[in-house]
Amino acid sequence: MNLLLQQKAPIFEALKRHKGNRVVPFDVPGHKGGRGNKELTEFLGENCMKVDVNSMKPLDNLCHPTSVIREAEQIAADAFGAEAAFFIVNGTTAAVQGMIMSVCKTGDKVIMPRNVHRSAINALVVCGAVPVYVNPGVNKELGIPLGMSLEEVKKAILENPEAKAILVNNPTYYGICSDLRGIVSFAHEHNVKVLVDEAHGTHFYFGENMPVSAMAAGADMAAVSMHKTGGSLTQSSFLLCGEGINPQHVRQVLNLTQTTSGSYLLLVSLDVARKNLSLNGKEIFAKTVEYAEYARQEINKLGGYYAFGNELIDYDCIFDFDPTKLSVHTRNVGLAGIEVYDLLRDEYGIQIEFGDISNFLAIISAGDRAMEIERLIASLSEIKRLYGKNDKSGMFDHEYINPEVVIAPQQAFYSDKKSLLIKKSVGQICGEFVMCYPPGIPILAPGERITEDIVNYILYAKEKGCLLTGTEDMAVNNINIVERV
Amino acid sequence: MELWYTENHTEEARFSIKIDKQLVSLQSDFQRIDIFESGEFGRILTLDGYLMVTEKDEFIYHDMITHVPMAVNPSIRKVLVIGAGDGGTVRELLRYPAIEHIDMVEIDEEVVRVCKEFLPRTACGLTDPKVHLYFEDGLRYVRGKEGEYDLIIVDSTDPFGPGEGLFTKEFYGNCYRALKEDGILVNQHESMYYSSYAASMRRAHKRIQDTFPIAKVYQAHIPTYPSGHWLFGFASKKYDPIKDLKAEDWNKLGLKTRYYNTELHLGSFAIPNYVKEQLEEEV
Repeated sequence: MNLLLQQKAPIFEALKRHKGNRVVPFDVPGHKGGRGNKELTEFLGENCMKVDVNSMKPLDNLCHPTSVIREAEQIAADAFGAEAAFFIVNGTTAAVQGMIMSVCKTGDKVIMPRNVHRSAINALVVCGAVPVYVNPGVNKELGIPLGMSLEEVKKAILENPEAKAILVNNPTYYGICSDLRGIVSFAHEHNVKVLVDEAHGTHFYFGENMPVSAMAAGADMAAVSMHKTGGSLTQSSFLLCGEGINPQHVRQVLNLTQTTSGSYLLLVSLDVARKNLSLNGKEIFAKTVEYAEYARQEINKLGGYYAFGNELIDYDCIFDFDPTKLSVHTRNVGLAGIEVYDLLRDEYGIQIEFGDISNFLAIISAGDRAMEIERLIASLSEIKRLYGKNDKSGMFDHEYINPEVVIAPQQAFYSDKKSLLIKKSVGQICGEFVMCYPPGIPILAPGERITEDIVNYILYAKEKGCLLTGTEDMAVNNINIVERV
Repeated sequence: MELWYTENHTEEARFSIKIDKQLVSLQSDFQRIDIFESGEFGRILTLDGYLMVTEKDEFIYHDMITHVPMAVNPSIRKVLVIGAGDGGTVRELLRYPAIEHIDMVEIDEEVVRVCKEFLPRTACGLTDPKVHLYFEDGLRYVRGKEGEYDLIIVDSTDPFGPGEGLFTKEFYGNCYRALKEDGILVNQHESMYYSSYAASMRRAHKRIQDTFPIAKVYQAHIPTYPSGHWLFGFASKKYDPIKDLKAEDWNKLGLKTRYYNTELHLGSFAIPNYVKEQLEEEV
């Protein structure tokens, strides 16, 4: 990383110049620097509205960048140690889909763990590629899917020599990393591209003593959610390319679905966040880890809760652990993670990232203060005192259900379907997604067999208060099943 | 030359004191600390610009935050004081021979250091051997305690700033656990007069009510605090502050006080209708 270069922020600087020039706008957006929408301007602030502008020569164009955006992308590539970087304004979803669609087409096989984000399987619905699932290990006690073991990956690659790519979570939502270097080296020996979903791994590029990042491990592409832990605005993201990828082709693929009115608010937030992390990332993430380690230690002292950390590392399914993640196992307090999540919000005014059947996840960042960490810990001790149960009976004890893929996601999604009550759907082929959001990992994806275990799991998650999504039926009572392929 | 200290009680109402000179101005890890010398109010401690203590009227606040619970249960032995870096609360508690042990938890060591040097009238008790000082977050300290204290006094700053955690439901719950079966919690409860604080105080009162079977509010007149009408919270697992007042026992102690007496004790729980109504409103 070239620190002199990293002090620049070309889009930021161009927007400031543009604002100073007081150009008379006879172009979109029609709010014209906010004057056309006073209430919104008062709420968001004049600065914000003034730089909500359209592509123009001095500000470049996201679809075909030749000046400031191009320069900003080159500086970002330098920051991440990538050959090329793309500014993404359609969410990391667009970056994940961009990766898959850049290397796969209809009928191509993609190897992936089943605990991928829905955006990855969405990409398969769009481009027609076929998933080959690798069973991520499962920690029975915690009830969470882990990383892929290198042995399982090797087996999948050898059994599917025609596979075009392998998708790896680095890390998973819970902070668990696979052996990325090992996977890259074996995959490349067998001409398989390595695509990495780093939605939760921005800090791997800037912090010290972090798990290896995709680019450092030699992966071909990575989708990095700058907005999640990197400080840019929601929906902004980076797509990174390594050596073996033609970035001009990737740009064409991105342009298939990405907006032609890229938001400069999102672009500038990426530019400034990248600059900040390049220059201050070490301290920022050292502070984050310090907070997370403290919280883990104190939560574990409360008893019952288990805030897990790098003691889980087994160099297999848990090759490494992201120390900034505060994932807490709650079953031994007699509460589902989602119940603790709801209690924290409703009773204590604390919003955390998500709760599932047995765990919850709190996002810790440099934006936190010691006082808020104390509040979280104190609230957890109260929740245990007031709501904790010794009786764990009736609590679900597993999370990962191995899917049977009957037909490809695209085929299932576009087939003739019929709506059935979920509890009556056992044995059918699913025609849509069912997932809890967050984390957005499908319980069922299009083309998979619906089993009794899965139905029970869905009904249990619903009863516990998980936000179920994905089905056409907004109330999630019914499910679309494949009637005729 | 005229030098005035001004605190904005609201965006459109100010309170000013003529200052003779400034004695201290420093930035700690938590807040800005200033001490001024004035003709009218003597020495004044401000934190982040908000007036905390003046030598002239501090007796009112410290009388009311300590003698009210002590007159309800004069046999209190072990007390936890949270905040109270100026030392006035501890000074009053030390007047009770029955009290054997006082733990005081103040997040900002600098406040204590500065008060010991410049406000000896309030800080005089902080070196007493019965007093044990801890410099850490009150929320963190109390979390580790169970059934240990007869009385917890929360002598905090405003609910916006380093004292924020001391107005939360989790804090009150942790205090409940840290108290013995007949324990009492007293907290400074701000004022309901200006609307900027009213909502957060209504919430705080509701949270205390949810946690303790007995939760009342009492008042005092403190000239230098916004509106001058100041509230305190009295919460207990067992004692009602009026029915269980041990007036005779307390008067036998023969403590000389400038504000508190046992008739005023009863009267202080008779709060104005506008406060009552606000406290009863749905949160």
